[in-house]
Amino acid sequence: MTKSGKNHIQTEGLKAPVIRIGALQWIKANLFNGVFNSILTLVTLFFLYKVIPPFARWALIDSLWLSSAEQCRAASGACWSIIPANIRFIIFGFYPHELHWRPFVAIIMLVSLLLYSKNRDHWNKSFGYIWIAGLLTMGILMKGGLFGLTPVESDQWGGLPLTLMLSFFGMFAAYPLGVLLALGRRSKMPAVKTICILYIELIRGVPLISLLFMSAVLFPLFLPEGLTVNKIIRAQAAIILFTAAYIAEVVRGGLQAITRGQYEAAESLGLNYVQRMRLIILPQALKIVIPPTVGILISAFKDTSLVVIIALYDVLKTTKSVLANPSWMGFSPEAYLFVALIYFVCCFSMSNYSRRLEKELHT
Amino acid sequence: MKDDTIKTGRSSEDKIIEIDGLHKWFSDLHVLNDINLTVYRGERIVICGPSGSGKSTLIRCINRLEEHQKGRILVDGIELTGNLKNIEKIREEVGMVFQHFNLFPHLTILENLALGPIWVRKVPKKEAEETAMYYLEKVHIAEQAKKHPGQLSGGQQQRVAIARSLCMKPKIMLFDEPTSALDPEMVKEVLDVMINLAEEGMTMIVVSHEMGFAKSVAHRVLFMDFGQMVEENTPVAFFDHPQHERTKLFLSQILH
Repeated sequence: MTKSGKNHIQTEGLKAPVIRIGALQWIKANLFNGVFNSILTLVTLFFLYKVIPPFARWALIDSLWLSSAEQCRAASGACWSIIPANIRFIIFGFYPHELHWRPFVAIIMLVSLLLYSKNRDHWNKSFGYIWIAGLLTMGILMKGGLFGLTPVESDQWGGLPLTLMLSFFGMFAAYPLGVLLALGRRSKMPAVKTICILYIELIRGVPLISLLFMSAVLFPLFLPEGLTVNKIIRAQAAIILFTAAYIAEVVRGGLQAITRGQYEAAESLGLNYVQRMRLIILPQALKIVIPPTVGILISAFKDTSLVVIIALYDVLKTTKSVLANPSWMGFSPEAYLFVALIYFVCCFSMSNYSRRLEKELHT
Repeated sequence: MKDDTIKTGRSSEDKIIEIDGLHKWFSDLHVLNDINLTVYRGERIVICGPSGSGKSTLIRCINRLEEHQKGRILVDGIELTGNLKNIEKIREEVGMVFQHFNLFPHLTILENLALGPIWVRKVPKKEAEETAMYYLEKVHIAEQAKKHPGQLSGGQQQRVAIARSLCMKPKIMLFDEPTSALDPEMVKEVLDVMINLAEEGMTMIVVSHEMGFAKSVAHRVLFMDFGQMVEENTPVAFFDHPQHERTKLFLSQILH
């Protein structure tokens, strides 16, 4: 209304009132406004009083951090000592003890690469080569057999490197596959469309556990005699195929949110199908579905722990194995809290990054 | 009402669009019923008619946003069939401006304009951006180049949309109710751009009820109703002496 500035209406003095309230007022307004809320507040406070001090005493005050298992049994608090005493097995599983530096370096490399990738200014041409070089180095570090590194068979891999590997490749292979499936499901070509629908519905119709079983038990039956495919790779494939089906449906939702006008404008410029999808439709659709996509990626990350049923030692399984050791039996809360923390750190970082990405891409 | 009788002295090479016995159905609805239309290079045509009369569908058939089921459409000598290569070739030469602008919201104004030339015409990025700036200046909006479409007013967005089409250096421009979604005070700025374009000799087909625009730039005005071409005439004759009852009724309704 006041665009020209000449005929503007007086607006000074009509600012929105600023309301400031003190802490006491806030408590009164939010916690004790009415009988029901006051009772609720008191009950909650009593509950917190009953829970927090004992937990703090157990976890922090009476706890032991660097003791033997025997000392732990005598103490009343938490026995965090189980973690440092077994950390190498929890993190690296059955990987040869003297070679632990190799998976350690690989993890550090992966985490640094991911942190480096957080900044989208780094996403240029050499970025892809950096990743390929990085992944190759990590593979060589894990597997050995080159450059004088002792070979380590993949059935000795376990713990955190295995979890990270399954989830990392799970996500980064499932995402593009899911996008292709979503596009295929909306294709005008009947054969492509049918295959995509069949795939998505079949995979979504079975639990991940059954897919893992199939990969472990059923799949080898179809292979020609003498040919075996590594168990980790089979589990990896099952996770990728499973996650992709879910991503496909989320992405399809995003595609449907794009108005017909966008498709038509892209078409009328003369862009071909691949260009239309790559330049116009997908950038918008994928941005819309960042929150549900990250939801799926996070649950895929946690679902990697299901590989335990085909006898792979991911980080949850190595922790359970430590608890099966007679001297450390009974300290499961401490151990499980520690693994939970590892999972939480990873999932929370993903969630955080997705929020940041949403903000950056907001237009 | 043969075109050739009106446009005497034009050779057949001047024909840029030839529509012959065109029919289209949306399931049972006969939206285009035996449309015949020839458009010559440099000609400016305004199509009007009540909503649902098929006028938008007709121009959307010209760049195959809609498929026709019977009849022939030739654009610049190429027949529109299912052949994707031909369709893309025709779309390169035919610019389209939509009622709701349909700018790409995730790209800046400059990127919106340079995208087509870069990817379709394979123009180097720098050159495409220079062309883009040239057309942005032409539609008086160069200072907004770095903004996103959502930050612009409707009138500005529509002018950007016109510039985006022009960057492809099209031979024909189609306008599908370009001012219908605009606030009244923004209609003029868009029409001014279109009038400029007309003065430069662009071949234009405009679906619009802007009578002033039709009178000042159109060579012919077509009136459509129920999927048929009811009447065709020069603007002056069309508005002052409509021939058909349906045309008279329509004009009395839009002119109050």
